[in-house]
Order: sequence, then C-alpha cells, then structure tokens
Amino acid sequence: MADPLVIAGKTFRSRLIVGTGKYPSPAVMADAHVASATEMVTVAVRRVNLTDRSQPSLLDAIDRDRIFILPNTAGCYTAEDAIRTARLGREVGLSNWVKLEVIGDERTLFPDNVALLEATRVLVAEGFVVLPYTNDDPVACRRLEEAGAAAVMPLGAPIGSGLGIQNPNNIRIIKDQARVPVIVDAGVGTASDAAIAMELGADGVLMNTAIALAQDPVAMASAMKLAVEAGRLAFLAGRIPRREYASASSPAIGLIGALSPSERSGAGVGPRVTERASGGAAFAKASAPGAGGPGDKS
Amino acid sequence: MTIRLNGEPYELPGPVTLSALLHSLDLDARRVAIERNLVVVKRQEYTTTTLHDSDEVEIVNFVGGG
Repeated sequence: MADPLVIAGKTFRSRLIVGTGKYPSPAVMADAHVASATEMVTVAVRRVNLTDRSQPSLLDAIDRDRIFILPNTAGCYTAEDAIRTARLGREVGLSNWVKLEVIGDERTLFPDNVALLEATRVLVAEGFVVLPYTNDDPVACRRLEEAGAAAVMPLGAPIGSGLGIQNPNNIRIIKDQARVPVIVDAGVGTASDAAIAMELGADGVLMNTAIALAQDPVAMASAMKLAVEAGRLAFLAGRIPRREYASASSPAIGLIGALSPSERSGAGVGPRVTERASGGAAFAKASAPGAGGPGDKS
Repeated sequence: MTIRLNGEPYELPGPVTLSALLHSLDLDARRVAIERNLVVVKRQEYTTTTLHDSDEVEIVNFVGGG
C-alpha cells in the first residue's frame, strides 16, 4: 500500500476522516462516505432516545466492513465528562479509540487544553488510543504527545466555521516537531482548505460540516477525497520556494528576431537589434510592404 | 422503586437486572453502553447486575457527530 496513514499501528489507505453528523439523511451520508473513500468516521455518544424509538440506528448506515468507528467526546466541558463518555464509547464495543474533545468555550468551541491534557493522561493510562482535538498550538500538541496521545488533531479554524486554515504556520510547526500523526481537525470549508492542510504536511484531515452541509454532500465528499490526495502528493513532491519576482518558464535563448551568436560577435549585418529595441514603431515599420525592414529580407 | 434513567425519574416494579430493563425498553444490548452510578457496566454483566432504588443509570448509543 503506497503512502498509508498509520495511527497507533493501524493502517488507513485514506487520509480523510469524516464525521457522521448533520447530513440530510442516512442514505446521503452513506453515499458521501463512499465518495470520500474514508476508512474512519467519527460518531458521538449520546443518551438513547427513550421516547422516540423510530430513529434508525446510525451504525446501520455505516459500512463497518470498510470503515473504522471513532467515538468522540464532543460536547463535554470537563475532563470528567469526557472520560466518562470515552469509557461508554469503548463499551459499545467497536474500539478503544477516542477522539477526545474537552470544550472550553461555547461560542468558539475552542478546546480547554488543561482539561484535555488531564483527560488524555487518564485515558491513555486506561489503554485508550487517544486522538485529542486541540488548538493549533505547537506547545499544547507537544504536551499531548508527551502524555501519550496517538495523534494530535489541531483545529484549522472553529468547528463548523468553514474558515479554512487560519494559522498555517502553526500547523507547519506542529507537524515539524510531532512524532505522532498530525490530523487537521475542524475548520475546513471547501476542497482547497483540505489541500492546504495536506500541503502543510498534515498526515490527515478530519471534517464533518464541510461535506454534510454542502449543497451536494456526495459531490463535496468526492472533492475532498481528491483535495486530500492532491495536497498529500504536492507535499511529497516538494513545492518550489516562493520568490518575489518572475522566473521565466520558457527559454530565454532562441527567440526569433534575436541576434544569433555569430551576429552578436560582430560578424553579422543589419539593423535588427536596434529596430526591435525601439518597440512597436519599429514593428509597424517593418511590417509595412516594401519598407525595406527586416521583414523584407528575403 | 424509582431509578433515574437518562436524567429522568423512571419507575420500576422492583429490583430488575439491566438485561430486563433493556428488554422492557426494546433496546439491543449490542448497540448501547450503560453506566450505573458513574461506573460503566460491562455488557457481560447485564444479566447479573440488579438495579436498586435511586440508582442513576445512563444508557447511550452512537449518534451522528463530528
């Protein structure tokens, strides 16, 4: 398998992790998952609805032969709640992995990194594979890695905002220092955002809203698949350095109307260089019938 | 007796096992996880875990999320 994503010893062919929330219907979600080619999707842990049992099970709409389930602790505001939720998610029995979220602020849904670190330590000690959703803060990511996180998942922008990668340099620094995979989690709005995350060196991208709330979620899922692949390839290919001024792509030699080497050395004749140097007027003169310019040389 | 189930008071005829509770709620044990008094109960212990008055029970499942 070429260039797989490996987290905690588990191998994924796709570097795109997708959510399961906000889709127009379970069928659209399932089609979007296929189009995205994802091999890992996030799910939330919530109380069973005891009054309305008509809702189909989410798991029935996920192709679990192909897709690994990553329970999250979304909506938890304390380490304690996140730990309880993670334990419950594990007990459903599909894995001991958790996308660990401890939210610190309602409006931005930014993580509470202190509580996140505390919860990471506890869950790692209990044998969880912990993938913490964190700020785009290289120091926080280093602390999480030291605490045993199997990957770090810095946000690109606030959850559901679609603002794209707000601090690309931090993402690059995080990747530069990390010894575990870096997954950009949250903030992607469209395909170019995902490509940028991957071009910065991220090992993967996790998104939900950008696909689920697109006008055509299945088409957007395809776009995201391609964007993640394109961004990854571009990263591996090694982009050119940025430069302030132009650098011509076509050869500077061999232009028609330019002096041949022998002319340049003084062996040739004719006023061509002088005329070319005078620009448009010379060209008009040369083009006029019978004007005797370079165009009439034959 | 009354337990608190998913945050709401819930009447039970008497001490019942978690298996019996799930059955009465028409819930598939393989699709849920249960916490009793803040401690997760292993699925294989549902048949042997009996609920008592005032127990706090949370029954959760997976829903869509990001």
